Amino acid sequence: MPMTPFDLLRQEFVQNAFLSGTIIAVVSGIVGYFIILRGQAFATETLSHVGFAGAAGAALIGINSLVGMFFLTVITATGMGALGKRLKGRDVEVGMVLSFMLGLGVLFLSLYTQNASHAVNLLFGSILSVTREDVIITLGSSTVVLITLIVSYRPLLFASLDPIVAEARGVPVQFLSILFLLMLALTVSQAVEVVGTLLVFALLIVPAASAVHLTSRPFSALILAVAISLFSTWGGLVLSLIGHQPASFYIVAITSLFYVFSRIVRRFYYPRRYREPLHPSREI
Amino acid sequence: MFSVFQYSFIQNAFMAGSIVAIAAALLGYFLVIRGLTFAGHALSNVGFAGAAGAVLVGIHPVFGLLIFTVGASVIISLIGKQIRERDVAVGVVMTFALGLGILFLSLYSGFAERAYSILFGTILGISRDDVIVTAVFSSLIIVGLGILARPLMFSSFDSDVAEARGVPVRALGVAFLILVALAVSVAVQVVGILLVFTLLVGPAATANRLTSQPARAMLLAIFLALAYTWVGILLAANTIWPVSFFIATLSFGVYLPVRLLSPRWWGSGSRDANDTI
Repeated sequence: MPMTPFDLLRQEFVQNAFLSGTIIAVVSGIVGYFIILRGQAFATETLSHVGFAGAAGAALIGINSLVGMFFLTVITATGMGALGKRLKGRDVEVGMVLSFMLGLGVLFLSLYTQNASHAVNLLFGSILSVTREDVIITLGSSTVVLITLIVSYRPLLFASLDPIVAEARGVPVQFLSILFLLMLALTVSQAVEVVGTLLVFALLIVPAASAVHLTSRPFSALILAVAISLFSTWGGLVLSLIGHQPASFYIVAITSLFYVFSRIVRRFYYPRRYREPLHPSREI
Repeated sequence: MFSVFQYSFIQNAFMAGSIVAIAAALLGYFLVIRGLTFAGHALSNVGFAGAAGAVLVGIHPVFGLLIFTVGASVIISLIGKQIRERDVAVGVVMTFALGLGILFLSLYSGFAERAYSILFGTILGISRDDVIVTAVFSSLIIVGLGILARPLMFSSFDSDVAEARGVPVRALGVAFLILVALAVSVAVQVVGILLVFTLLVGPAATANRLTSQPARAMLLAIFLALAYTWVGILLAANTIWPVSFFIATLSFGVYLPVRLLSPRWWGSGSRDANDTI
């Protein structure tokens, strides 16, 4: 008898996929909003490639790939945080780290095995192979990220929106910047598990970017970003169970549609009221 | 160590690698001074979808690469009006293309192996014909860049003044990104999608830290790119480690000390205006 989609939900790997997908979507939506505010899209992309090297290295020495990713992304995030108060405008430095980490990842992979499908899983995600252990690690680190963000919400928002004034008012901008990068490192590592290194952007940045187009209020934007990222993850998972194509493809397609839609909406609803601010790296 | 030169595939790798290195270093210089590092990264990733699509419909990957990267470079230069929004918009184009790429590959059967060779390159599997195609394309790119060089330099350093003087800033931006797209398409077979970016940005970033004179910086970038490629291929031919690892590590290993030390010999203040690039 052929399996219906509801039978699939009783399978453990499907439950694991939904559990970890849901946790990660919530955290990604929230962290993504701050990434957009802080202009750290490229740093996120770089951390995801660091995650690639970390996961490949973990496979090489035989530990859980999430642990390997946490280790390497946290080290890199600390380094990037030390690089300066503002990572914005430091494209070249960030890009150099990215290319080095890719090289390192390629080396680890080639030492580990010639098995190409392992590399492809790392790069494009393999949410249907998430284990119960991964779900528990994801839950633990997401809790850490969420609590940190809730505790530091107001100063972080202030420092992200206007770092100069925030610093003048005594907000520890430098400390918050490193703290946020650390949270970003944890989040990116988890997102790599779902959509893979190359598509982290889809889960972390695209939902928040769409939300920012649709509303300018921080709290509504946060909720909207979480909603979009949850909808895309669930939709992607369901479609991939029905349609037999990779979940990452469907997730990317859905979030990209949201982004296009939000740009169109914004163009018609806020024609003038809402002027683009200057690029922060040009302001200073 | 140098005995590997008797093999024709090593000779081919050296020739193709050198040609790609020169074109990438020149384009990379402009990428760096225009602050388009991320766009360079995105364009090379977009190429993945093109190559995968070409494999699916059964044409040579280079055609798919050209269609996707040139298309994406036009889209990127059209949507990226405000710089703040640009990174995100570029990223969306890139991610969507990568998503398409994974769909194409999963529709095609020999899924993982094919993806692996597109992503990581097959420099040691280059034929003499590939070398000739690479040489022709790269010469066209370099000639194109030579024609654009002066106005492009002007508009890169001061786009407002350039626009006021009647330089077609917007069109130049599009033309430049199309050249980058062509270079990416050519370079993919040498270093693979993921590390095209290394050859584009690594040498230029280091050179730009060492000298502020455009001509010198470009020559230095070419020299560094050739050195990384040659040493990388030599080391890879003598070990079991991949070429792309050596090239990326050399490029980072030279960049890091230069980046850390250059503020000292430039003194403070003299490069403040450029510090954001």
